[in-house]
Amino acid sequence: MPQNEYIERHQKLYGRRLDYEERKRKREAREPHKRAEKAQKLRGIKAKIYNKERRNEKIQMKKKIKAHEEKNVRQNTEKVGEGALPVYLLDRDVQNRAKVLSNMIKQKRKEKAGKWDVPIPKVRAQADAEVFKVLKSGKSKRKAWKRMVTKVTFVGENFTRKPPKFERFIRPMALRFKKAHVTHPELKATFCLPIIGVKKNPNSQMYTSLGVITKGTVIEVNISELGLVTQAGKVVWGKYAQVTNNPENDGVINAILLV
Amino acid sequence: MELDSELPTCIQAKFKSETGEEIGSPLDLPLNITKDQLTLICNALLQEEEKPFLFFVNDTEITSNLKESLDIEKLNSEEVIEIIYQEQAVFRVRPVTRCTSSIPGHAEAVISTCFSPSGNNLASGSGDTTVRFWDINTQTPLHVCKGHNNWVLCISWSPDGTKLASACKQGRIILWDPVSGNQVGKTMIGHKQWITSLAWEPYLSNPDSLKLASSSKDGDVRIWDTVTGHTILSLTGHSKAVTCVKWGGTGLIYTASQDRTIKVWRAEDGILCRTLEGHAHWVNTMALSTDYILRTGPFHPILDRNSPSHDKKILQQRALKRYQETCKNETERLVSGSDDFTLFLWLPEKEKRPLARMTGHQQLINDVKFSPDSRIIASASFDKSVKLWEAATGKFLTTLRGHVQAVYMVAWSADSRLLLSSSADSTLKVWNMKTKKLELDLPGHADEVFAVDWSPDGAYVASGGKDKVLKLWQH
Repeated sequence: MPQNEYIERHQKLYGRRLDYEERKRKREAREPHKRAEKAQKLRGIKAKIYNKERRNEKIQMKKKIKAHEEKNVRQNTEKVGEGALPVYLLDRDVQNRAKVLSNMIKQKRKEKAGKWDVPIPKVRAQADAEVFKVLKSGKSKRKAWKRMVTKVTFVGENFTRKPPKFERFIRPMALRFKKAHVTHPELKATFCLPIIGVKKNPNSQMYTSLGVITKGTVIEVNISELGLVTQAGKVVWGKYAQVTNNPENDGVINAILLV
Repeated sequence: MELDSELPTCIQAKFKSETGEEIGSPLDLPLNITKDQLTLICNALLQEEEKPFLFFVNDTEITSNLKESLDIEKLNSEEVIEIIYQEQAVFRVRPVTRCTSSIPGHAEAVISTCFSPSGNNLASGSGDTTVRFWDINTQTPLHVCKGHNNWVLCISWSPDGTKLASACKQGRIILWDPVSGNQVGKTMIGHKQWITSLAWEPYLSNPDSLKLASSSKDGDVRIWDTVTGHTILSLTGHSKAVTCVKWGGTGLIYTASQDRTIKVWRAEDGILCRTLEGHAHWVNTMALSTDYILRTGPFHPILDRNSPSHDKKILQQRALKRYQETCKNETERLVSGSDDFTLFLWLPEKEKRPLARMTGHQQLINDVKFSPDSRIIASASFDKSVKLWEAATGKFLTTLRGHVQAVYMVAWSADSRLLLSSSADSTLKVWNMKTKKLELDLPGHADEVFAVDWSPDGAYVASGGKDKVLKLWQH
């Protein structure tokens, strides 16, 4: 064990040999040759161990070089953010509004064809027996022409009941809904929006006209709060959304906006 | 009773200019004199040739004949009535009506567009870090200039139209040659945060366009020597981000800041002349009454078209003359718009006190512009409206409603008869200043319109927005 840093002390006192730098350079220059010679000379297990060590060494070296290169590059380029804003909006926290929704013509064409690329393309068929409950009426409960809807419904503002004698379908108050939780797929945000109407219930035309809302039903919602505009600069207020849950089980309507 | 019903057929009247100079002696005018006849008389009195005028009696405009504008009940036939005349631009800009081309090219939102002072070149800066030059005649891309490493936030043409300065979010300024599309000189590095506004030294004070002022988010304003690319002066004094910088015609630099003040600096030595206080929140934008004159300088695309010159001395004289004509017997006026929903009108060369405070907007004011004849101020606000104000007094004129979302920018036509506004609702709207009504609605952009510029000759409008295309509009 050496006592104290006597080598450093000596160097500080007397300096190095005059040819120290030269010898060092030569020794370093000779190093690869020595290594190559050694690698060629070694045989058997020693060669295996030596080569493995050398291989690992090289991998580390390469990794280090690459990391340095990356570091140099990163200094030069700051990442360019997306969604460029003009100067006057930079200091304001502008909410990330989605692109203007697909134009009206496209939507109209789809409407005509009655087809949408909807998130839920296939829905479970719902039999009349499941949706309607037969109500018996008459003095001796012999008549059975009255039906009660057992699913969630949307009933328009201006709906007035018919006299009970002519009222074939009863839509219970408890299952009437006025609002839906609509998720905008691009904004990834959900809004509680008023329902305007039921556009299509894929199960049957009659459900559509009754306003029955089941999973997969396309409803029209009022999105004027979101402030989306058409290309002509008008505020869009009605937009279709598809129901994604079973409202009669959950007690809420969750829907996804059809963009 | 008989007296009331019998109206005098003639009335004594005298002509007076806006600034209060009377021309000629009082005349006997028939009450049913029309506007055209008044124009003829006025032209004869002024010894001019067929200049169009607007006439006002007691602040009401004479639209058809004198009788209808006068308040018959209060008319006193003994008195001499004053008819105030306002000179109108000799030329007429036709409203843009259609989109002649929408040129794709930018890979990100177009943040700024700007026509050169002569209106022959067009450049735009975008979020894809490039500056692009466009050929107006063929409406095609001309040059793509890569050099910035972040969004190009603002661009500005040098007053002689031979260089374009662009500034990016990293705080670097690069000069470009519009002919070759190459970088001129070194990149100017110095600002620590993004640059909010650029202003060149006007032509009338130096025809070589050497100096450039830039304001930054870091609270500094720097004046650059564009040849060496070094900072000549650094104007520090604002305690928050500087939002806007303007270089006036009398060697003063005006800066607006988020620290609620506007500061006036002398451009030569960077000494703070005065601080204008009044706003209660960020000052967002400023406009000078001489903005249009300083922008076009001696290269007015209509008035100077027939007399091109290459002698800088002559051109400078011409720029100076036009500047003096614009502010005849007063100094330039400054209007500032702020986050506190108000505008202030200042005489920054003379006094610290505001001339007028203009209230009425219900949201922050994003952009304000003087009309080229500096008679009307238009302010665009996030409350979806554009409001018009009288430039001399700050009196409220009218509100232009029609946009359904925030209005971002306004641009005037060269003859001050039309106004254009761009909005977040993806439309441009052209407003007629005579009727103060919507002239045309220009839909076409697919998303918010961030930048709009009306070329100084009035022939083209360029607009760019979030939908990444640059659109050119024409009559």
